[in-house]
Amino acid sequence: MKHDSTALLATETNLSRRNFLVASAAVGGGLMLSLSLPFGQSEAAGSEEFAPNAFIRIDGDGQVVLTMPYVEMGQGTYTSIPMLIAEELEVNLKQVKLEHAPPNEKVYANPLLGVQATGNSNAMRGAWKPLREAGATARTMLIATAAKRWGVDANACRAQDGEVVHAQSGRHLKYGELAADAAKLPVPANVALKAASDFKLIGTPVKRLDISGKVNGSAMFGIDARPPGVKFATLAQSPTFGGRVKNVDDTAAKAVKGVRQIVRLDDAVAVVADHMGAAKKGLEALKIEWDDGEHGGLDTKEVARLLEDATLKPGVVAQNIGDVDKAMAGAVTKVEATYHLPFLAHATMEPMNCTVHFRKDECEIWLGTQAIARVQAFAAKAAGLPAEKVIVHNHLLGGGFGRRLEADIAIRAVEIAKQVDGPVKVVWTREEDIQHDLYRPYWFDRISAGLDKEGKVIAWHNRYAGSSVIARWLPPGFKDGLDPDSTEGAIDLVYDMPNFHVEYTRVEPPGIPTGFWRSVGPSHNVFVVESFVDELAAAAKQDPVAYRRAMLGKNPRAKVVLDLVAEKSGWGNPLPKGRGRGVSLQFAFGSWQAQVAEVEVSPKDGTVRVHRVTCAMDCGTVVNPNTVQAQLQSGIMFGTTAALYGEITLKGGRVEQTNFDTYQILRINEAPTVDVHLVANTEPPGGMGETGTSAVVPAIANAIFAATGKRLRKMPVDASVLKQGA
Amino acid sequence: MAFTININGQTHQVDVDGDTPLLWVIRDVLGMTGTKFGCGVALCGACTVHIDGVATRSCITSVDSIDKSVVTTIEAIGATLAGAKIQKAWLDQEVPQCGYCQSGQIMSASALLASNARPSDSDIDDAMSGNICRCGTYVRIREAIKLASNG
Repeated sequence: MKHDSTALLATETNLSRRNFLVASAAVGGGLMLSLSLPFGQSEAAGSEEFAPNAFIRIDGDGQVVLTMPYVEMGQGTYTSIPMLIAEELEVNLKQVKLEHAPPNEKVYANPLLGVQATGNSNAMRGAWKPLREAGATARTMLIATAAKRWGVDANACRAQDGEVVHAQSGRHLKYGELAADAAKLPVPANVALKAASDFKLIGTPVKRLDISGKVNGSAMFGIDARPPGVKFATLAQSPTFGGRVKNVDDTAAKAVKGVRQIVRLDDAVAVVADHMGAAKKGLEALKIEWDDGEHGGLDTKEVARLLEDATLKPGVVAQNIGDVDKAMAGAVTKVEATYHLPFLAHATMEPMNCTVHFRKDECEIWLGTQAIARVQAFAAKAAGLPAEKVIVHNHLLGGGFGRRLEADIAIRAVEIAKQVDGPVKVVWTREEDIQHDLYRPYWFDRISAGLDKEGKVIAWHNRYAGSSVIARWLPPGFKDGLDPDSTEGAIDLVYDMPNFHVEYTRVEPPGIPTGFWRSVGPSHNVFVVESFVDELAAAAKQDPVAYRRAMLGKNPRAKVVLDLVAEKSGWGNPLPKGRGRGVSLQFAFGSWQAQVAEVEVSPKDGTVRVHRVTCAMDCGTVVNPNTVQAQLQSGIMFGTTAALYGEITLKGGRVEQTNFDTYQILRINEAPTVDVHLVANTEPPGGMGETGTSAVVPAIANAIFAATGKRLRKMPVDASVLKQGA
Repeated sequence: MAFTININGQTHQVDVDGDTPLLWVIRDVLGMTGTKFGCGVALCGACTVHIDGVATRSCITSVDSIDKSVVTTIEAIGATLAGAKIQKAWLDQEVPQCGYCQSGQIMSASALLASNARPSDSDIDDAMSGNICRCGTYVRIREAIKLASNG
């Protein structure tokens, strides 16, 4: 199918595109489009200033180069984002090359985060319209250039495979031959985008562009950076939060072959060596005495108690509909419950690391980060240099999951590098990585509902407490006691609930740093809401799918995914004894999703095996079904790990977990079969990378209830309460 | 102390303590960064190499234990029949996401295929359960091994 330019130019709309695109000549004679992603704040302020944050260059050889702020961490962004441009520009995807954006908060801010960062499953949501518009604009200008050169009507020309073609005369010109002249044309005020029915690339399973180096060892992650003369360091940080180094005996460490230097900081000691083997051996030989500081006695139970206490008092109202007190008073059945969710570490496979070369007036940094401008700003502060003197080289990320949105690693590495002559690569041991994370917050919910005589929800009251990551990470995002992350999935439920009241109280756990963790706010809220709705279905003695379905009057898209998952999972078909199915339904990150987990609980020891997860997804237009399927499989494994094993606990102020034996990750022999079913439609794309994680945890807990009759209100699964007779 | 080790058909002289894990000799001393560090105690498999064709965790293998054995890393596994098949299947099935654990996954899978041309699901579980993937690419790892074993 070829794209007809007639339809394009004839269907101009009144779409406001104020200063959206600027065309200019590229260095070396090509067409450069500077593009401004619609950044909420400057739009609201009515700013007319043009601040491009993505660049598309068409070179003389026809190569298309895209510079964009999103980073690749396995989610397929380096493939799916270029697809948008290739689709509208009518070029082969292989012709589009990607370049990393340099750090610049003002220029590369993510339109949905307001800062230069990749997270919250929003790269595609932010890029969807503007990047297609940019591709269409470039195509229109290239067609106009060819038409002018040939002296024909632009409407008689069309774009096809990186060329402009004039069918009548059989003439054609490659984009590379047109780019320089196209740069002299004014940018067309309006261009129409392709109709979804005309998509050739979007919606097809396109192979990832970034994987060949990931099968032969040549892919460069942050930990693989090797500036000439680099030394290798590892470190021990205070085992308690806020603790200090009291005394260090480094005699034995210095005697280790290959150890070059011991760096002592206020709250950490690092060993610098010729290789990591020597650095680790040196670290083990150090005798460090710590001053535990004020959090030396901290225990997880104390954190839980703080949160529980907070929910005994009113919090900040996140949403109120109708009159819950009145409705509750008239309820035939009242159900109450409390829920706990634990601290979680990220445990990216690539341990935290950062390479720094600190020089008197300049600092060079190598790492993999989701937030390059944040790293630059914080590293500059630690280095005592202006930001422009800090050069950050971004690499592939060996997992992000929110951990690499933080700058703590770069700050620490700069502190060490300031005392080292020449470049130094600081690598966290796995134990340091797990014990010095910024953890998914601990959450506590106190929730109740009133049902009428048919079992329908007439009142819903939820009061919960926990840390606000936004309040620390992006302070302006925390307003009047609330932030959009802490409440996502707890309010604006898909269900019809005539009387609805939700309160949140921010409680920061003493000393314990908290951070974004894959599926963020919904990782907490979807678990609580979907577990509790399941409890209500049981109280009403109704089927969990039918019970949910009856409350979806205002949500046709939720109903579609629920029906689809019920059909595909064989919901209602008999299962052998000891097995059960559980359902969950969520709207999060702009996508609707329903899951059914099928589990088996061992009567002997209560261990849980997740056999199969069926997932029905409506994420609007599917750009790359291949990536969507991979991301859902991935999110489901990540959430299954959390449900079965995930828990960080503190005793005596110290994190008790150390490595993959005490902080277990799901392995291939435990992995469920995953069936993904996508709902086809042409709505704008929703988020993807995190959705599977939040949805699977309640599906597993609900399946355990179906199998055993035991309701788990605390994650992870505690096998001891599930074994027969427990 | 100086050791002579054969990696990917080349001999290297390294001067390190005898108890230095092979992982750090490969990565830091010799600069071959395809082999990855994940846990340091043989719990995750990211550092897997072949020693005389056997999948081995290099993070707990001391350099003085190598002697005349032949070490193969991810950089050279494509030169073996099983390694080439596995790499191709990994690309065909698009297994990698972040990709960090995949060197180790491919080394374990190549060793499996070299010794067992038609591995069953339970053979795959046995050979691969020592390799953690935090992105959860297990569904595709299994499909890719089966694809390679049919090729």
